[in-house]
This record gives sequence, C-alpha cells and structure tokens, in this order.
Amino acid sequence: MSGHGNGGTRALLNARLIDPASGLNATGGVIIEDGRIAAIGPEVTAETARARGIPEEAIEDCAGLWLVPGLVDMRVFTGEPGHEYRETLASAAEAAAAGGVTTIIVMPDTEPPIDDAALVDFILRRARATAKVRVHPMAAITQKLEGRLMSEVGLLKEAGAVALTDGRRAVASSRVFARAMAYARDFGMPVVQHVEDAELAGGGVMHNGEVSARLGLPGIPRQAELIALERDLRLVEMTGAHYHAAQISCAESVDIIRRAKERGLPVSCGVSISHLLLNEHDIGAYRTFFKLSPPLRTEEDRAALVTGVAEGVIDVIVSSHDPQSADTKRLPFAEAAFGAIGVETLLSAALSLAHGGAVDTLRLFEALTVAPARLLGLDTGVLKPGAPADITLIDPHRSWRVTEDALHSRSRNTPFENRVFEGRAVRTIVAGETVFDYDAAG
Amino acid sequence: MAEGAGKPRILKGRHLLGVAELSIDEITALLDLAEEYASLARRRDRKLNTLRGHTHINLFFEPSTRTQSSFELAGKRLGADVMNMSVKTSSVTKGETLLDTAQTLNAMRPDLLVIRHQHSGAAELLAQKMSCAVINAGDGWHEHPTQALLDALTIRRHRGKLENVTVTICGDIRHSRVARSNILLLTRMGARVRIVGPGPLLPPNAERLGVEVYHRMEPALEGADVVMMLRLQKERMDGAYIPSEREYYRFWGLNEERLKLAKENAIVMHPGPMNRGLEIDSSIADGPRSVIREQVEMGVAVRMAVLDALARNLETEAAA
Repeated sequence: MSGHGNGGTRALLNARLIDPASGLNATGGVIIEDGRIAAIGPEVTAETARARGIPEEAIEDCAGLWLVPGLVDMRVFTGEPGHEYRETLASAAEAAAAGGVTTIIVMPDTEPPIDDAALVDFILRRARATAKVRVHPMAAITQKLEGRLMSEVGLLKEAGAVALTDGRRAVASSRVFARAMAYARDFGMPVVQHVEDAELAGGGVMHNGEVSARLGLPGIPRQAELIALERDLRLVEMTGAHYHAAQISCAESVDIIRRAKERGLPVSCGVSISHLLLNEHDIGAYRTFFKLSPPLRTEEDRAALVTGVAEGVIDVIVSSHDPQSADTKRLPFAEAAFGAIGVETLLSAALSLAHGGAVDTLRLFEALTVAPARLLGLDTGVLKPGAPADITLIDPHRSWRVTEDALHSRSRNTPFENRVFEGRAVRTIVAGETVFDYDAAG
Repeated sequence: MAEGAGKPRILKGRHLLGVAELSIDEITALLDLAEEYASLARRRDRKLNTLRGHTHINLFFEPSTRTQSSFELAGKRLGADVMNMSVKTSSVTKGETLLDTAQTLNAMRPDLLVIRHQHSGAAELLAQKMSCAVINAGDGWHEHPTQALLDALTIRRHRGKLENVTVTICGDIRHSRVARSNILLLTRMGARVRIVGPGPLLPPNAERLGVEVYHRMEPALEGADVVMMLRLQKERMDGAYIPSEREYYRFWGLNEERLKLAKENAIVMHPGPMNRGLEIDSSIADGPRSVIREQVEMGVAVRMAVLDALARNLETEAAA
C-alpha cells in the first residue's frame, strides 16, 4: 500500500511510546511480527531488531514521532446499509485511517437497523471485504429501534455485536429498558444509551438558554439529559447491567456519573470531541453543522466536560461521526438533521486538549484507546507483546487545515472547517499493515 | 362418614392454600398417603367410598383441562359428588365479585372447594368466607401446592428421598406458581434447588428464596438429579420479557446436549402443557428420562390424598 513493508516482520524505532494501559511514556521501539506486537519498550533498538533477523529495509527510525495504540472510536454512524451516499463502511474506514483511528464501532441506525444476527453478519462481512480498519457493530437494544420489544441479544452477541444501543434514540420506556438491561446483563453485553428524555427535548434544536433565546430557536433543556441519566442509573441499581451513557453534555451529568461510580455502580460514559471543543456560541448564524444531539451547551459545561475527561470520570472520547448530506443539512436550522462528522479530526482535535495542558497526554490517549477497547471487550488499544499491531504514528506538531478536500468522508458536515490543528496522524497501521501514510498520500 | 372417622389426622389446617403453611411431617404424611393411592389406582377396582356424601366443587376462573380433570377424577375415585364450575358458565362473567361467588357457593354447603384463579391471594380470600375446606389449585403467580406435592412424589419415587437431591428448575420462574411452590416444598424437605432463566424471568432477590440462582443453563444443569422445565407462556415471548422463541430455545431450551450435563440417571419433569421445540425438545419429552406422564398419574394420587386429608378434618370438626 505504501512501501512500508508487507505486514511481515518490521521494527519502528526511536519513537515516543505512549501506552496508557501500562503507563509507558518513553522513547523506544516496537517490533511487529505477523500482525502482532512482538516486542515493545525503551530497550527495543536497532540491535534488538537486527538480532531478530529483521532486514535493514524493514527497520525504521521514527525520529521522535509519537507511537500510540490505534484509536478506538466507539460511536460512528455510517449509511451502510441504506444511505450509502452519506457514508459507506469503506469510506468511514478511509476517514478513520486518515485520522489515526484503527477501530470503529458502528451504530445500528441504518436502513434496515442492525437488530438481527444476519445483519450483524452482513456488517462484519462487508467490513472485511471493504474497510481498511477494524469494524465492530453495536446492535439494537430494541427491535427496529422502536423502543418497544427487545432484540435477540444472545444471538446478536454470538454474531459479533459488541454492545447494545438504540443509537440516536433513547429507550424511553422504563419498563422496556429495565427488562432489556436485566436480559443484557445475562450475556455481559454493555447497554449504551443516548441520554435524553425525548418528551422533554421534543421539538428542541439547540441548548435551551440565552443563545437559543436570541436566535429564536426552540431549546433542549439540560434537564432532558439529567432526568434521563438519573432514571437510567436507578435502573442500573435494579438490574446490575453495565450501562454506558453514550455522550454527556452537561456539567451536572459529570457529577451524576461521578457519584454513581463512587457508589460502585457498573457505569461508564463518553463525550464527543465536539462537546469538548465547542459550545453553543459556535452555532453563530444558524450554522447547521453545529446542530448536534445532545446539543452544544454552555462554556461552563464544556469546561466541566474537559475536567471530567482529565479526572477520568468520563471514560471515553468519541467522534460521534454522523455523516449528513446537503439535503439534510442545507435547511433552516430547525429543519436540519442533527450530527457532525468527526472520525478523521478526532485525534487532532483531542491533541489540542493535551497541547493546552487541559488533559494529561496519557489520560487523553486512555480515553481514545484502551478505555473504549476494554469497555467493549476488545483486545486492541494496548501496546504490549501479543496484542494486535494496531498502531498510530503521530507528528504532534504538524499543523494542517481542515478543508473539504483534506477529508475522506463522503459527507462534508464538519464543525471544524478551516480550523488549523496542531498535530495529526502521519501513519496508521492495522494488524501490522500500513493503511494510511500522510506523506505518501501527499 | 364411617370410613373417614378414626383415621389419623394428616393436616393441621382446614384448607390447603399453599406449601408455605405445610410442615415436613405434613408433607411426608401426604406423600405417604398419595403413594398408597397411587398403587391403588393401578388396580382394576379403584372406586372408594371415602368421600361418599361429600360435595366437591371445582371452581376454575382460569381454564385448565389437566388440573381440573385431575381433581375431578380424584374426587370421583373417592366417591364424592363432583361439580365443575368454570368461569364461562358462572355468573362471574356477569360482574359478580369473588366474594359474592363465595357466599353463593357457601350457601350450597359444599365440603371441598377447589379453586383456580388468575390472581395471587384469591384462594386465601375465598377461604376466609367459606365454611368448607378450600384447596388452592393455583392462584396467580403465587402457589400451586398440589403440583409441588405431585412433583415431590414423582422425585421421591425415582430417588427414594428428597433430601440432598439437586433439582434444577428452568424457565419463567418469576411468573410461575409451580416454581414458587416447588421451591418452598423442596427446600423445606432438604433438597438443593437451583433456578435458571433469563434475567427478566427471574424473581427479584431470588437468592433470598434459599435457592442457587443461575442465568445460564449449562452450569445450572451440571450434576443435577432432576431437571424441571417450566412452560413459557406465549405472552412472555416476542420481545416483552425475552426477544423471541428462537433465542429462548437457543439459550434456555432443554436439548440432548444440555441434558448430558445433568447426572446420567437424571429425570426430566414438566408440569405441562409443553411447548415442544421451545423449552424442551420432543426427543427428551418422549425419551427414557422423561417422567412427565408419571407426573400426571401422581397428580391424581396426590389430589386424592389432599381431598382425603382435608375431609378427615371436617369429620373431626363435626364430631367436636
């Protein structure tokens, strides 16, 4: 693909190794054999590589680039099947690879929705045939994502679904959700919830506050999230299921999750990178690419979310990559679809948090790699002998501008258009194979 | 009357509303008497006069061909006059309350009243208003004592005892009066009881019932002496409590492979009616380890024993 070896044995040396799982943060090297990490650490040098019989052309000096586990993005929407013009598994994977993401977890909100073992199998087969990064599907909690009847959790898990979620929708009925959680618990399946009281949020298109008042747009009160989250945690107490709040957006939600964890509940949560960098003011003059669900909230909320990540209360950072086309976005704000793309900008946007000192580098990469991997029972997200060689090389200071042409997604709805980021993935390796090379790509 | 008088008293209470009220001695005595009736029933001449002159009413608010006919046969074999009242033909459908019905029936002066009702506690309520003996033939999710007794008798005939016998009860425990009565009876008699089923079909705080709780079939079946399958009601399927029939069968159905995990001589039970291919494979239901037909036979014997025992108490009362 790019002339950096054929997936066989090779060595990447003189890199800054960052492995949040082990706490490793030092200069050293990695040896890759048969798609897996054979050796890693400060002691891995050119001598080590030669002693293992690795030919010179397969030994590479990384000259201080950061070498991290490939990112695991656990909230990616695609349009396959059903809306391939927005995004296919192949195009989402292309964008992911360019962004240093080696595993994407795709949402079941497709047409038809992924609520049947045969459809899980379809996604996995399509991904194997067309996608250059790893793809794992989440499956629907309820049949057709309708929130009424639970889906075949056991069969879905056997087929390869890694968690359950109704995607963009919350399971509204407490009774249905409680039973589904009790059932999912038997299978050890995490239940991932879009935390929103749809009744209270109903009709809202942005954060309910001063900005929505000025713009004359119906708001989504923060209580729509808080009530849903509090209710869900009561159901966790009742059922013992592993509950993951897909994305939180409010400062109070961080406190709620913190207290739930202190009480020992099996709870985790995520936040989207957009909510860590942007707030309600970014909507400006009705810019629909900033219309997100949950909505961008106040600056105080944004700051509290960043602190939540820094302190580890928020486990996971996701892109919440949601490709939308002109026909769903170039509309009056109230009529436009929610969602922004982000899998390709996830890493660069996250690096800005580390550069600014808001989040410690190891913690940041934990939230991007091993935390989501562990939560979903994946063996990726770590740099250790025997682990899959899913590796991202980062030039932390290479600046680049986000433009339509620079992105690989089939859709253009990025909230970071024309922003200049400092730092990006320069090489992405999946199972020992280079799937993206920034400089070779030109 | 003559035959009843002088026989030893078996049950302390006037009614049989649940297993919860039975002592070890009462259970043992009932099973012993049932055992006698079981051997008697295999003889050609099996009509007795024990309950001659007694009126036995079956009051069934829920249709149940098996239980009703089992009680009817038991009463008739003991010589009672048996009357069946089912909800379709009774005035209950015309809006009469349970207590109105009780008072009407009471005025007819029956001796034994067997009640099946869809709501837990209905037998208890009825018993408060009746001067005759009331037998609970199943109330809601609560109890079905004669089923537990016939199951215990069947197990005892195969294992010789109940103590330390490992019984795995599988399926919809939460909504099952059969499971509840069996758990009460078997744990009281010293058996080791395991329950297994999907989370939504297990009762809350199940471990407080004195049983081991499992969520997966395989570990629950490991080394079991008795595998008791429960009927999965249709209304629980299709997504409300469990996703689908095929998923239920895949993870909680009893097939040959799973049965191999139980003891080699383990017996398989089912209170009926079965959903073949859902909770149990036909090959097992009809196979050599199935005692399902024997359960039906023991059902009549146990109900004879219960009717007899309660009638004895009526005699004693009358004499006093």
